[in-house]
Amino acid sequence: MPPAPLAWYLVLSAALFAIGALGVLVRRNVIVMFMAIELMLNAVNLAFVAFARSRGSMDGQVIVFFVMTVAAAEAAVGLAIILSVFRSRETTNADEIASLRW
Amino acid sequence: MNPIAFLVLAALLVVAAVTVVLHRNPVHSALALVAAMCLLSVFFIALDAQLIGFLQVIVYAGAVVVLFLFVIMLLNLQREARALGSGALVVAGGAAALAFLALMVPGLVRVAGPRPADVAAGYGETVALAERLFTVYLLPFELTSVLLLVAIVGAVALAKRTT
Amino acid sequence: MVDVLIVVAKAVVVFLIALLTMGHGVFFERKVSAVVQDRIGANRASIFGIAGLGIVNTLIADPIKFLIKEDVVPAGSDRLLHFLAPVLAVIPLLVVFAVVPFGDVLVVGERTIDLQAAELNVGILYVLAMVSLGVYGVVIAGWASNSRWSLLGGIRGSAQMISYEIAMGLALVGVVLTYGTFDLQEIVRAQGAHLGGWLPAWGILYQPLGFLIFVVAGVAESKRIPFDLPESESELVSGYFTEYSGAKHLMFMMSDFVEVVIVSALVTTLFFGGWQVPWLARDGFHFPWGATLPLPALAVTALQVLTFVLKLHVATLVQIVVRWTLPRFRYDQLMRLGWQGLLPLSLANVVVSALFIAAFGEHFA
Repeated sequence: MPPAPLAWYLVLSAALFAIGALGVLVRRNVIVMFMAIELMLNAVNLAFVAFARSRGSMDGQVIVFFVMTVAAAEAAVGLAIILSVFRSRETTNADEIASLRW
Repeated sequence: MNPIAFLVLAALLVVAAVTVVLHRNPVHSALALVAAMCLLSVFFIALDAQLIGFLQVIVYAGAVVVLFLFVIMLLNLQREARALGSGALVVAGGAAALAFLALMVPGLVRVAGPRPADVAAGYGETVALAERLFTVYLLPFELTSVLLLVAIVGAVALAKRTT
Repeated sequence: MVDVLIVVAKAVVVFLIALLTMGHGVFFERKVSAVVQDRIGANRASIFGIAGLGIVNTLIADPIKFLIKEDVVPAGSDRLLHFLAPVLAVIPLLVVFAVVPFGDVLVVGERTIDLQAAELNVGILYVLAMVSLGVYGVVIAGWASNSRWSLLGGIRGSAQMISYEIAMGLALVGVVLTYGTFDLQEIVRAQGAHLGGWLPAWGILYQPLGFLIFVVAGVAESKRIPFDLPESESELVSGYFTEYSGAKHLMFMMSDFVEVVIVSALVTTLFFGGWQVPWLARDGFHFPWGATLPLPALAVTALQVLTFVLKLHVATLVQIVVRWTLPRFRYDQLMRLGWQGLLPLSLANVVVSALFIAAFGEHFA
């Protein structure tokens, strides 16, 4: 059986990206929104790796390496922000922390 | 990758992703995210990206999502009464996601990239990645290390109790 | 088809080695603790009056006892998470054995079988990945128990594990620098060289500091004394797995001993030559004083596998003796040791190793 073609990987990547985008748009809990963003980043990683394999080049994997690193850094800082917002607003609902003054 | 295995794993991955996004209990969402990361790692390894596949587990599943879980437990987030936002938001969000898919998928399905049956020996291994990383991509590598330092300092400064 | 069967057979063999060592470890623990505490321990069970066969009690009757106990799920706890936590605790640790090489090669007819269940060329990364996944069992167990003390034990345990994971990884970086490969079988093969013709070039000669850091970090990862604050028996009852009974409790205890065996297996493989017997090559002994003792290939293989099992047992024994000798670290001492002690030391180890290899690289395997 021939291996799964490149297009399948890209469609899966697009589906994951759409699901992640749906999560960011529709959920109100900031932590779950954050997890959906991580999902979107991973969808992009999958597309990069699939293209890298298709072209036999390592550049796609290097980009994935950087995306992983930056995503980890972003997760750390983002969660620290959420923690400090929670300390003053006592909520993780995006609607309730939408205004700059209380 | 064997098409049947691909379809099974892709179905599991989509189920995990939907659970992350739609489940009401944040801890369950986080665990579903772990499952999604591990499944993606399987895809990476099947695509001959061995180093990236295992780094995915170590970095994402083993560290980032643990951080998420810590924050969820620290904030003591319980099962939510209402997962999604208002009705209008759900409709708009769903429409946006569907529009994205409608735009992308017809084009992606027609992609017929070159598919070498065999890649070069040592493809996807540490030496190959390191060779690229320390020659062509040296500047982004160094900048990323500075970025990580900034992120560490920033996260500690933000999360510290000021009292 | 035959290839699949061979892989399955190898996986079964290494799994049996792990379970055997774990079973012995449980029995050793009770006997060694008795010796350390100046008493006779675990002598109530005997078969037909032969007390030595009391080990059967530990291996067979104890698990049966655990499995038939009532499974209590605390009120208000999340049932799915309560069920998942022991699974998440034990499975990542069990699959580490897939990359542990337990012998050189087995020659059957014209087929040469490499005695490692999964021949990954990123074996060390796989080990680190599985150890990282082990954190989930602890943190979910603490959360799912719906109890303040379990949660405390769970948070402490997972913070401890992720802190010492870093030192462990960096200690392994030193090993990888020395041998130039992530593949565990290649690392063990490279330890077959003999320095000056007589001294086996085991990893501990090249990475003594790495060995110490790895052992300390490994014992901390497995949450054994002196690092057992998450499970401190005198403080938190059983810490993060207090609310677990029956088969789930067995899973957590298993994860404890499996991790002891994993640390033993990794220490043996990376620092003590794995299955290498000093002066034994594939065709027999080559003693440094010139004598040789030719052996058939099957005998060589059997000797190597037995040596590996013996080294595993010795390393397990050392961990058990350490457990019953040392007092427990206080939590802030523990975290300080991890972040302000082991992490700078392991970074320094990496730098010094790299300098050494850059200077004397041609002498290394």
